[in-house]
Amino acid sequence: MNHLSEEQLILFHYQEADEAHDRKSMEQHLAGCDLCPSRLADLERELALFGNAPVPPRPENYGQQVWLRLRPHLMERPRSIWSGFFASRQWVTAGALAALIVGAFFAGRIWQKRQAPEPATISAQARERILLLAVGNHLERSQMVLVELENADGKGPVDIGPEQRTARDLVESNRLYRETAARDGDVGMANVLDDLERVLIEVANSPSQISSTQLDSIRHRIETKGILFKIRVVGTQVEEREKSAQATQPPGRT
Amino acid sequence: MNRMEENDAAVVAQVLAGDRDAFRVVVERHSQSLFRLAYRMTGNEQDAEDVVQETFMRAYRRLNKFEARSSFSTWLYRIAVNCSLDQSRKRRQQDERQLAPSPELPDPLLALPSTDPSSERLAMSAEVRKKVEATLNELTEKEKAAFVLRHYEGMSIEEVGRAMGLRANAAKNNIFRAVQKLRRALEPVVS
Repeated sequence: MNHLSEEQLILFHYQEADEAHDRKSMEQHLAGCDLCPSRLADLERELALFGNAPVPPRPENYGQQVWLRLRPHLMERPRSIWSGFFASRQWVTAGALAALIVGAFFAGRIWQKRQAPEPATISAQARERILLLAVGNHLERSQMVLVELENADGKGPVDIGPEQRTARDLVESNRLYRETAARDGDVGMANVLDDLERVLIEVANSPSQISSTQLDSIRHRIETKGILFKIRVVGTQVEEREKSAQATQPPGRT
Repeated sequence: MNRMEENDAAVVAQVLAGDRDAFRVVVERHSQSLFRLAYRMTGNEQDAEDVVQETFMRAYRRLNKFEARSSFSTWLYRIAVNCSLDQSRKRRQQDERQLAPSPELPDPLLALPSTDPSSERLAMSAEVRKKVEATLNELTEKEKAAFVLRHYEGMSIEEVGRAMGLRANAAKNNIFRAVQKLRRALEPVVS
């Protein structure tokens, strides 16, 4: 008779022995075995020791207390990228500009496809997908840096050390993606990456502690160029293209 | 998706639409459970408090990344696990800087009488509790997180995987290893 393994006993204890079949066969074994029930009892006794580890109680209104501590920090954040965009008139111009850029971006893609030789072998699709994934990830990381800067408390000297380190990492990859986009005729993408690069360089070359005036200057550049919005739009398009590239790819190939 | 999760998703949409105070609902709903998780992960009351705060801060900042079709509480737990791991690392670094190495003290458990005490008595014993905490701290970060989520939070293996960003099989293996290590470590006490 094969006894139950320790893993099976653990699964049984946690009621994870999936599907009726596994659990039923384990129950049958336990009913007819001299050894396994006591092994299971040992396991349960030992795990019970951990079950009793106490946690210091919190008051009933603990959630309210947390909220009161949290709230002042949350209020420093703009509502959200999208609602901020729709609420502010100055963004309307940026929106029109971004729409033009996205249009150019698509036009570039279509033009590129028409000019391109016979499609796309599977490996070319895979390469495109990998590139899209990498660009998507790059845009997401860049967006996080910009959002952190936008939300930083600018009342006194500001420590932008963490954002600066990330910005330094991003500058070089941004240059490569920008050059690739320009080479491929993706004018919209190249322009967005160009704007982004200027901000990343500015952040990377600033001291790690900056004054509120310097922070305002960085924010001003981000806002007047509508960079966050553009990144968001282009990032969404990249994500959609990546998804569609994934969908058209034959299974089992990456 | 159950009613609470639907409600969480609605709150998230409200916050993203500009109603920041709506976030209060999820804070009040999840603070207690996040504190329990954080305490079990860090083993320190103050650290657990900090983790709760940081978890909600991060969640708020990344709210636009939350996908409404998934469970908000699992997403929150994932953030809390990461915050707890960060906090534990920070704590270890602080402790290493502050504490000079001390000669190893004899384990009081080894001095327990050799009669076979009942598991209830063992569970009540402060020494056993210390041993349990020490044993939990010997697990790797992933093992500890997987064990805490499965054993204390009662999550299924699949949910543990989602909360840790792992495949279910990897989560299962971490739970196996954790339980096996814990059993080996407690062997001298319980046998």
